[in-house]
Amino acid sequence: MKILYRFCLRAGISLSGLLLAVLPSLAHADYSWNFPTPVTPIARDTLEIHNHFMIVITILFVVVFGIMIYSMVKHRKSVGHQPARFTGPTGTVQWIWALVPFAILLFIDYVLMGIPAYHAVLDMEDTRTKADMVLKVTGMQWKWQYEYPDSGIKYLSTTSTPREQIANKEAKGEHYLLEVDNPVVLPVGKKVRILLTSTDVIHTWWVPQFGVKRDAIPGFLRETWVKIEQPGTYRGQCAELCGKDHGFMPVVVHAVPEPEYLAWVDEKKSKLAAAAAGSDKTWSKEDLLAAGKDVYEKQCAVCHQSEGQGLAPAFPALAGSKIVTGPLLSPEGKLLKDSHVDRVLNGKEGTAMQAFKNTLSDTDLAAVITYERNSFGNKKGDLIQPAQIKSLR
Amino acid sequence: MTTYSSSHPQHYFVPQPSPYPFILSGGMFLLALGFILKMNAFAAGNWIMLAATAVIAFVVYNWFGKVIGENQSGSYSEWEDKSFRFGMVWFIASEVAFFAAFFGALFYVRNISVPALAGMDPAFTLWKDFTAAWPSAGPKGPAFTPMGAWGIPALNTTILLTSGATLTWAHWGLLKNNRSQLNLGLLLTIVLGVTFLGFQAYEYYHAYTELGLTLGAGVYGATFFMLTGFHGFHVTLGAIMLMVVYGRCLQGHFTAERHFAFEGVAWYWHFVDVVWLGLFILVYWL
Amino acid sequence: MSTAPSIEHETGHGHHAEPYQGGVMRWLTTTNHKDIGTMYLTFALIMFFIGGAMILAVRAELFQPGLQLMQPEFFNQLIGVHALVMIFAALMPAATGFANWQIPLMIGAPDMALPRINNWGFWLLPPAAALLTLPFILALFGIGDGAVNTGWTLYAPLSVQGGMGVDFAIFSIHILGVSSILGSINIIVTIFNLRAPGMTMMKLPLFAWGWLITAFLLIATIPVLAGAVTMLLTDRHFGTSFFNAAGGGDPILFQHLFWFFGHPEVYILLLPIWGLIPHVLGTFSRKPIYGYKAQVYSFIAIGVLSVVVWAHHFFTAGMPVPALLYFMYSTMFISLPLAVLFFCWVATMWRGAMTFETPMLFAQGFIVLFGLAGLTGLVLADVAADAQYHHSYFVVAHFHYALFAGGIMGVMTGVYYWLPKWTGHMFSETLGKWHFWLTVISFNLTFMPQFFLGLAGMPRRIPDYALQFAEFNAISTVGAFILGFSQLIFAYNIWKCVKGGTKATDKVWEGADGLEWDLSSPPPHHSWEIQPVIK
Ligand code: HEA
Ligand code: HEA
Ligand code: HEC
Ligand code: CUA
Ligand SMILES: [Cu+2]
Repeated sequence: MKILYRFCLRAGISLSGLLLAVLPSLAHADYSWNFPTPVTPIARDTLEIHNHFMIVITILFVVVFGIMIYSMVKHRKSVGHQPARFTGPTGTVQWIWALVPFAILLFIDYVLMGIPAYHAVLDMEDTRTKADMVLKVTGMQWKWQYEYPDSGIKYLSTTSTPREQIANKEAKGEHYLLEVDNPVVLPVGKKVRILLTSTDVIHTWWVPQFGVKRDAIPGFLRETWVKIEQPGTYRGQCAELCGKDHGFMPVVVHAVPEPEYLAWVDEKKSKLAAAAAGSDKTWSKEDLLAAGKDVYEKQCAVCHQSEGQGLAPAFPALAGSKIVTGPLLSPEGKLLKDSHVDRVLNGKEGTAMQAFKNTLSDTDLAAVITYERNSFGNKKGDLIQPAQIKSLR
Repeated sequence: MTTYSSSHPQHYFVPQPSPYPFILSGGMFLLALGFILKMNAFAAGNWIMLAATAVIAFVVYNWFGKVIGENQSGSYSEWEDKSFRFGMVWFIASEVAFFAAFFGALFYVRNISVPALAGMDPAFTLWKDFTAAWPSAGPKGPAFTPMGAWGIPALNTTILLTSGATLTWAHWGLLKNNRSQLNLGLLLTIVLGVTFLGFQAYEYYHAYTELGLTLGAGVYGATFFMLTGFHGFHVTLGAIMLMVVYGRCLQGHFTAERHFAFEGVAWYWHFVDVVWLGLFILVYWL
Repeated sequence: MSTAPSIEHETGHGHHAEPYQGGVMRWLTTTNHKDIGTMYLTFALIMFFIGGAMILAVRAELFQPGLQLMQPEFFNQLIGVHALVMIFAALMPAATGFANWQIPLMIGAPDMALPRINNWGFWLLPPAAALLTLPFILALFGIGDGAVNTGWTLYAPLSVQGGMGVDFAIFSIHILGVSSILGSINIIVTIFNLRAPGMTMMKLPLFAWGWLITAFLLIATIPVLAGAVTMLLTDRHFGTSFFNAAGGGDPILFQHLFWFFGHPEVYILLLPIWGLIPHVLGTFSRKPIYGYKAQVYSFIAIGVLSVVVWAHHFFTAGMPVPALLYFMYSTMFISLPLAVLFFCWVATMWRGAMTFETPMLFAQGFIVLFGLAGLTGLVLADVAADAQYHHSYFVVAHFHYALFAGGIMGVMTGVYYWLPKWTGHMFSETLGKWHFWLTVISFNLTFMPQFFLGLAGMPRRIPDYALQFAEFNAISTVGAFILGFSQLIFAYNIWKCVKGGTKATDKVWEGADGLEWDLSSPPPHHSWEIQPVIK
């Protein structure tokens, strides 16, 4: 017992030693112990401030507790130290000694750290000066929508980590949980003004290497900016608890040289145009079902589950749902309130069910509705054409 | 370093063990449970709430009865009396903080959120054509007519202020040991309080049926009803307490020197008065 | 040192003989501050284990990447309820238990000023805790979708969207709030009205001072939280739009209201501890407390400052620049009164004759580890750097250094310090030391890696994480389990001490100073019925 206790005592003391050793090295350490390599001016600023601050608090920690430990060693009863009786500073000299630490602390707070912080904040909040382009980010449960207002591009970005990997049924990939189907693409060296909002709850858009973290708040616009200095792929995550799949809402940014970026814009534009053209043609049921399954798996299965069984009680089952098996449209071809089509197009206020007409194309909507009516044991047999959706918008 | 010598014999009344606090806690648990179930559409909720109300009423009646009995039998001296006063003061302070939260919300929506919703970068605004003006139900709220200040609300202001005066007048009566002045003053105060509530009920009815002003009428409706509603609830409580005190006065309780219950209720009533002034100015008028 | 008291300890109960009710009824109906204090402390210990067991399940899930034990919904419920239980049902009741036991003994009062209210304050806690955890059980029977799933911060609109568990949490908070208000009123009145004659405010023990400021803060802020959750309730069920932009409201309004309470809350949790620490340091250094007045003024300053800095919890929500700067600089200012406290603590030990019994070890462990919490808090206050720390594990590490090393270890300091007085027996020093070292080591093992996780970019409140975070998470989980099971030593030591052991002297500790040490150990059921007169 006694020996074990001794051992633990030693362990404790060496651990505190380790603690002291680790803290200062933190400031200079390689990046796995610190912020990831910064790639924007803001991230560099932040890292610098952080490193300075770490040194300062390490010194404070060492000094204050060095004094305390010195006292614990010297002023022990077991070494025969007699207790003094003082209860406060007496005389000018002692008062000065007592006040010096506070002067130092004031200096640290408001000069050493306060002034760089001031400049960093101003810089961080200056989103508009000389901005080259705008990116609009909309958070939704549980994906991001990216919009390039200048070029009319708009698409969703969802995690692409297979559910099997999360459930430990498959080996995890290199970028486990930090990969998406459609990453954001941004040009290097341009100041990008980022606008953020949300359709449901608060999300937070965060890419550690950009030093940028900003909330996306439903009904409001928030702003931040980045100027990426090096091409590369940068990964981050949603940082505000936003419900069930908060942990599965990654952000992936491809930073590319400007020509490459422009090429990407053109390509993306023509792809979207092709998809939009699809809404004018008449689709066969098989094609709708096949496309619908895809959309369903990507957009709906997180909540309603892959077999449409839902997750009671928060997320209703679509299998056998009254709404899904109800009428498609009114006899005149108008939208029925609280019908299947209405729910998918317009969502439901105050629930996680969002208005998908804002994010999905006519074709996707028609396909997924048709798919739901004819899957999971639902056998309505009817279908809706993209053109019909277009007219209902 | 504490040094002390002689002792100081003075007796503080520590009551006998009492079952009421425990039962009251049980009642509050049931009330909360019942309400939660009711809001989530479980029929049992209503019954649980009913049972809870009975339990709470039972405790309140007996506990207060016990305290009044102890008081009448002379268990309390100046010393305990002071504890009660301090207690009441800090209780009212906590009530002030509660109302502050709602006034804070009012301040926030008027000065921060509504202007922000209207003031977004026009190129990207989420709410086209929404302009900031108070009263507002926000960009998507229903149309409604706000409540004017100079009709019933002004009348109610007069009523409440008068009731504060009649209560003070009753207090003077008590201090002079003029019991009929005391009783009359209290009665008037109660009548004024109840009249106030009557007008407020009418005002709510009017708001819901004719003005389209409901709890759902955006932030204006929300702050309006929550502030005036909680105030009305406090007036109701105050009126009930005044009635109890009135009953006790009729039985000859209280002396010119010691009448904590009367004073406690009076403070409470004045506090409710002051809150109303705040409401009148910030909710109705400005 | 106290002059030997010439006071006979009253064992009989003078004028009013109290019908002693044995068994359960004694505890249900008691109006005695010591009984009530005991109930508070016991309740706190039980809830500490329950809250801890919840987070051990979470740590087990986080041991490795991938989902092994639970679904994300359940994970979200566990972390929020863990936090609410630990803060409202473990730490706060423990501090209130101290207040109940000690304040009357320390200020020479016959009891608490409002004994029945006191009992009510306690008995509101079990129902509140039941409301918080009941949804877990209901969900097993298919009723509702489990407990509150929003984290302890209940941010709208997630909490507007949430299920029945949110309603349970709202009412639990209401009842906890009533309990806190009752306790606070009681403590304020006791301190103002029942002090022994001659005990001026500037002779009041620091522990009582700490609690006094706490009580004021509770009265100022708990009702604001009550207001906030009431608005949440009406937004959920009665169609109001406080937190809904479409109706002119704002989700950030909820954050303002929540943190107007939430920030002072962290000082509410620690002020009683900061009051207690100097007593312990003085006792085991055999020296008077250094800078009594400076500490009192610091408590007051902390109390005042705490209600004007709340927005540092949502720097990333997008506030105007002047607001950001104001909240940054005002937050930094709190480092000054806290530095005063640290200074006084170290100076109290300076040139004393220290011995290192368990309470002293905990006090010193507290100082060092809480120092780390405070210093990292100072860093968090920097708006620019906070963009990186916010909602990452860096914050989780910061506040566990404050809440566990500051709060819980502070409570343990007090328990070890006063336990012999309360029970009349000495606890086992050996077990106490084991408990201390295991706690300190495993605590650092658990939470030190979380600083690095945060820096590397791991967000909090996620049930699964990217592969680069795996090693640190594994270490943290191992630490958490050692930490958790080490606490069984604590419970066992208390249990043994209650049951028996070496008799404690009245003074218990050689260097102890204060009125409570002149009473017998354990003190009579009614102490100070005849008040001492302080010179
Ligand atoms: C008891 C709990 C407690 C305490 C005491 C503190 C103390 C402090 N905290 Fe902490 N904090 C929390 C609990 C606590 N905190 C919790 C729970 C959260 C997260 C909540 C959530 O989101 O869920 C949080 C989050 C939090 C944030 C938000 C982070 C974020 O989410 O982005 C910030 C930001 O400013 C902050 C700052 C501070 C500061 C400045 C102090 C200061 O009070 C610290 C002051 C102390 C010192 C500065 C040290 C004193 C000085 C010395 C040791 C030596 C120097 C001496 C001489 C010179 C003589 N805290
Ligand atoms: C006083 C407050 C307090 C205390 C004491 C603790 C104690 C602990 N906390 Fe907690 N924690 C919070 C307050 C606290 N926490 C808060 C406010 C949050 C934020 C929540 C949010 O995001 O909303 C949080 C969140 C939080 C997280 C982050 C979750 C996330 O963001 O995903 C983690 C992760 O490791 C954690 C870990 C721990 C651990 C390991 C302990 C350990 O100290 C626990 C020690 C363990 C025990 C004491 C258990 C003993 C049990 C047994 C031995 C089993 C036997 C069982 C029975 C007899 C029933 N806590
Ligand atoms: C973020 C979660 C989420 C996602 C993603 C989601 N839904 Fe829903 N859905 C809900 C919720 C919650 C409801 C229940 C709304 C209510 O309370 O009436 C719902 C309801 C529905 C209903 C009505 C079912 C009924 O019986 O009430 C349909 C149909 C539906 N969703 C279709 C879809 C389709 C199609 C998609 C994908 C394109 C989708 N949902 C994606 C959450 C989601
Ligand atoms: Cu979106 Cu978390
Ligand atoms: Cu804070």
